[in-house]
Amino acid sequence: MSKFQKKRGKSSPAISTASLPDIIFMLLFFFMVVTVLRDAELKVNVITPSATELTKLEKKSLVNYLYVGKPTKKYQETYGTRPLLQLGDSFKRVKDIPLFIEQHRVKVPEVQRKGITSSLRVDGDVTMGIVSDIKTELRKAGQLKINYSAKPRGE
Amino acid sequence: MGRTSSRDRMNNEINAGSMADIAFLLLIFFLVTTTILEDKGILVKLPPWSDEEPDITKLNKRNVYSVLVNAQNQLLVRGEQKKIDDLREDTKMFIDNPQKREDLAESPNKAIVSLKNDRGTKYKAYLEVYNEIQAAYNELRDEEARRKYGKPYSQLNRDQRKAVRDKYPLIISEAEPTAFGEES
Repeated sequence: MSKFQKKRGKSSPAISTASLPDIIFMLLFFFMVVTVLRDAELKVNVITPSATELTKLEKKSLVNYLYVGKPTKKYQETYGTRPLLQLGDSFKRVKDIPLFIEQHRVKVPEVQRKGITSSLRVDGDVTMGIVSDIKTELRKAGQLKINYSAKPRGE
Repeated sequence: MGRTSSRDRMNNEINAGSMADIAFLLLIFFLVTTTILEDKGILVKLPPWSDEEPDITKLNKRNVYSVLVNAQNQLLVRGEQKKIDDLREDTKMFIDNPQKREDLAESPNKAIVSLKNDRGTKYKAYLEVYNEIQAAYNELRDEEARRKYGKPYSQLNRDQRKAVRDKYPLIISEAEPTAFGEES
């Protein structure tokens, strides 16, 4: 008994903090990996107009983005300067929208599919022609919840 | 003697205690810088697709608030040219019709906003019009909420909101755009 006590008194019970950095690094790497902000390289110039009556979009996983605007300088040689639609990573035609919507829809759990929103990020200087065509296509695809992306107006 | 001392020096490890702090700093840096691009906008519910155009001629003319935006981004509201700055007040007046005028909406829930634009209309102008109409409704709802419940609309509960919304339902009918203007 006495032997046992002696031993205990001798060894100082300091917890080694040497592994703490490793734990933190692990956390760090976790965050670095998880927050992949691959917000699709923009191939069109989009400056959304400003508005006052804004709603915040929650649940990013339920939102798909449609970009409309003039191609950036890099792509103007090949695609011209007329406003184009970008879905995901590439330029697409308006009739490709239903497929794009469907591809996003299958990724969403069935119970949440009602809440899927299409966010239209349209450049302010684009004319309504292409926007109307997109809206018609979205309606045909049954994607009725849409969001006209806009910046809050600084007053 | 010398041997032991050199060995002692070798045993001296680098203090790893501050490593955690460095890692923390990095962690916080990443947490802060990766601001997830938040998206705000005007939420709209489109009508389901049908091949035939809705017939608004059947509606009582006094209940229809027609807004036309042409390719020059000019507004024509119920046959009169208007400026965008006056649109909000005018819309509110039309919907609410406090003086019960004959030519304005019978009641707020019968009012319909008919929006028509050209293919050459700038998206900016279109969205501004949409924003003003939405704002008119939001203001009316807010006023109603304060009158009835003494609270702003945003603080009402679900049922109260629904009651207010039913009184001021936002009905926007969008017609096929005309194609006079030039598209860019």
